[in-house]
Amino acid sequence: MSERPGIVIVGASLAGLRGAEALRRGGYDGPLTLIGDEPHPPYDRPPLSKHVLAGELEADATALPHLVSLRARWRLGQPATGLDRAGRTIRLADGSDVPFTKLFIATGARARTWTEQGADLDGVFTIRRREDAVALRRALSRPPERVLIIGAGLIGCEAASCCRDLGLPVTLVDPNPTPLARILGTVVGEVLAQTLRRSGVDYRPGARVRALVGEAGHVRRAHLQDGGAIDTDLVIVALGAVRETAWLARAGLVADSGGVTCDGACRVLTREGPPDVDIVAAGDVARWPNPIYGGRAITVEHWGNAVEQAAHAASSLLRPAQPKPYVHLPAFWSSQFGLNIKAVGLADGADAVAIVQGDRASRRFLAVYGRDGRSVAAVSFDQARWLPAYADRILAGAPFPPILDATDQRRIETLAPGFPPLRTERPVLEMAHV
Amino acid sequence: MSDDTLFAEVLDGANRANPYPIYERLRRRPVSRQRDGAYVVSTHAAIRSLLFDPRLSSEDLPPSRRPRTGNPFKDWIINPLKNRVATAHRPLIFRDPPDHDTLRGFVMKEFTIARVNNLHGRVEALVDTLIERCRGRDEVCLVEDLSYPLPVAVICELLGVPEADEPQFHAWATQLATALEPDARRDEEARRATVTTFDAIAAYMRRLIRDKRRHPADDMLSGLARRGDRGEPAMGDVDLISTAVLLLVAGHETTVNLITNGMLTLLRHPQELARLKADPERAPRLIEELLRYEPPVHFRTRKALGAIEIGGTTIPPGAPVVLLFASGNRDPERFSDPDRFDPSRDDIQHFGFGGGLHYCVGAPLARIEAEIALVTLCRRLVEPRLMADPPSYRAGASLRGPSNLGIHIAGIV
Ligand SMILES: Cc1cc2nc3c(=O)[nH]c(=O)nc-3n(C[C@H](O)[C@H](O)[C@H](O)COP(=O)(O)OP(=O)(O)OC[C@H]3O[C@@H](n4cnc5c(N)ncnc54)[C@H](O)[C@@H]3O)c2cc1C
Ligand code: HEM
Repeated sequence: MSERPGIVIVGASLAGLRGAEALRRGGYDGPLTLIGDEPHPPYDRPPLSKHVLAGELEADATALPHLVSLRARWRLGQPATGLDRAGRTIRLADGSDVPFTKLFIATGARARTWTEQGADLDGVFTIRRREDAVALRRALSRPPERVLIIGAGLIGCEAASCCRDLGLPVTLVDPNPTPLARILGTVVGEVLAQTLRRSGVDYRPGARVRALVGEAGHVRRAHLQDGGAIDTDLVIVALGAVRETAWLARAGLVADSGGVTCDGACRVLTREGPPDVDIVAAGDVARWPNPIYGGRAITVEHWGNAVEQAAHAASSLLRPAQPKPYVHLPAFWSSQFGLNIKAVGLADGADAVAIVQGDRASRRFLAVYGRDGRSVAAVSFDQARWLPAYADRILAGAPFPPILDATDQRRIETLAPGFPPLRTERPVLEMAHV
Repeated sequence: MSDDTLFAEVLDGANRANPYPIYERLRRRPVSRQRDGAYVVSTHAAIRSLLFDPRLSSEDLPPSRRPRTGNPFKDWIINPLKNRVATAHRPLIFRDPPDHDTLRGFVMKEFTIARVNNLHGRVEALVDTLIERCRGRDEVCLVEDLSYPLPVAVICELLGVPEADEPQFHAWATQLATALEPDARRDEEARRATVTTFDAIAAYMRRLIRDKRRHPADDMLSGLARRGDRGEPAMGDVDLISTAVLLLVAGHETTVNLITNGMLTLLRHPQELARLKADPERAPRLIEELLRYEPPVHFRTRKALGAIEIGGTTIPPGAPVVLLFASGNRDPERFSDPDRFDPSRDDIQHFGFGGGLHYCVGAPLARIEAEIALVTLCRRLVEPRLMADPPSYRAGASLRGPSNLGIHIAGIV
């Protein structure tokens, strides 16, 4: 039996590592191989746009702890470039083939880069990998005259926060009316908009960068679509991520830049229709029908999902006879401008939002999102301790708003959450939450 | 015995020495309604969930804070206003967000790890002095000799109360302790005595705070009393006083029990005592297990602001809710072999310090005090033996612990 190639995990980061651990915990003691593009053992990404950027933590101090002894073969620094499903092998960049009995896909995502004019200039950064954070950190300490951040999503805002903490002038440009507008709506986003301004960020909602222009190969200026310009010598591109699925292009699986599509038990669907029961996916790369949202196929690009889904996918591999649906209430946290933001559920698509505890003026509050009279999501600003109670309600499909009579509840005001209309020219961006 | 009087049995002094079998019966349901309308929450899962439920209030509700009447004028203007007046300046343990969070924020800023660690040497010296005083005797009265005086002295040190005033503080602390017991709060005479004591402490504190403002020292009261620079918000004087009193009471009546319960438990498990003596590094784990197994605070009471459905029961608005921490700590659904004292267990998510927003502010200090006291007692008492088992208990069912713990000794090293 030892001749069997065993389970191979492609993608050696959070989902890959936690998946490997779940396999061992679940009793699998055959051969286990982890293939990773990056040369580093698995490390944590959330600190990269927070403590590492702020200089509070060295980039190489974010290694993920191993919770279980893995007894695995590691092939690091070696991307997979192809999958031969019939032959049960994975092609690596160096041309070698790695055979597998079962496959665990955890290739996550990469940062969307700047593709318009100026893409090749120096001084233009993204934040996804350890090296990105190291390079950016070095550039920030030079220091730049003005940092331009393109995109006011989670990572863009966190980066803005760090840059302000470092005392750097920051301009933040985003086409939406407020930060985090797509995931939290503008009613809640407006609280962050005010925070940005109060913290001295030159925040430009409703604006788009058209082109970056440079001098001597280094970025000097950004041109906006409305004709304006911003002088800058350091640009952080925070436009979201693209799923790492190129290596699966000819594998006959349902995969595109929005993710690999799985059945409810995280098993990857083949082009022919049914899932390949020996191939699972988990983490940022996996798109699956989530029963909580009526079977809507979603990818969830957050830490908690990578961990939970990896465990689920592992059990689907180990117990193919009993596939169980993966039910997951998405959740994320973010820390920026001294605020601790936590959210559960998917707010996009909500038709109402209510501030149910605290108030927006004090920036300590809890907001719940409703859709068709049901509670679907909640977000807390410096009020995280109550979130589990709301998460329970959301899971139970409770009416909206779900909790009356909280200790610090004033009159509950229900508002339209203010999600910007879906843009069509960047379809992939939307995949993050659809 | 019917289930809806089980909590009355818990309160009954006859069951003080061993309330755990009653808890076990209570745990047959996560939440049991008692005849007097209170809801007792006894399982680990239900307690945990309610600790994070925003509909539970810690405010001692004034009559104005009734469930919604449906009349918006009353609900949104009159009652909240009455409520504000009635609840202002209660200590933060009896306050709800957002005021609770603001006050607690001030305290946390001062209750730093550095400040707590700085007390380490002082606690060691105090413990040694207190034990030294027993030299020549063949009996230690643990409560009187050590468990009781130690925490008051430590709190005085923490707050910055001059040593000369400490005896007065001991007296006040004792009087206020009774105020925390649910029975006492109903008894008119006890209530009046509490008010008198509170007034005395308040007057003393007001002077002390003025002093601290004039001559700030490196103590907590000076820190709390410092007026915010540049318009930074700071605690008002009345809140400052009630906070100081809270720290005194909360840090005192609890730590007494932890040390005494700790020694009692060690004397009942001599092999653990021997192990601790041989390896003081075991102390932190042992203390966590103690906080699970014999917690100083058995329960806390809240009030439901809305209807709460939990564990097959609906708690109606306005009902008192008893979070029976000590029962959750012994829940077999959560802890394997829960009635066994086992300092080497790994899974130790106890409610000894409560949980959620009112989680004990003084936990790091309490741990240090208990650790130093227990380790030193084990090291210095020669052949300690319990004189009576069970010992006599103090009246409280919530702040539960021996009133007296006689220990025979063959000497002191
Ligand atoms: C800067 C930043 C901050 C974040 N902050 C938060 C936060 O505060 N809260 C939160 O909930 N989430 C946060 N996230 C999201 C969270 O980090 C991700 O959800 C998580 O990393 C997903 O893990 P994963 O293993 O699925 O994917 P990834 O972490 O993307 O890992 C995929 C791995 O696969 C490798 N790989 C890709 N292609 C191949 C190939 N062909 N062959 C071999 N290996 C390959 C990649 O190099 C990578 O190592 C943040 C992400 C970033 C980038
Ligand atoms: C063994 C010792 C101690 C135990 C077992 C203990 C236990 C507890 C418990 C269970 C609570 C929660 C009350 C509730 O939920 O209503 C609490 C709160 C509190 N404790 Fe302790 N405590 C101890 C020592 C201390 C000390 C030494 C201090 C301070 C010097 C302290 C200060 C407080 C304060 C201020 C609160 C209220 C916190 C709030 O309401 O936010 N405690 N304690």
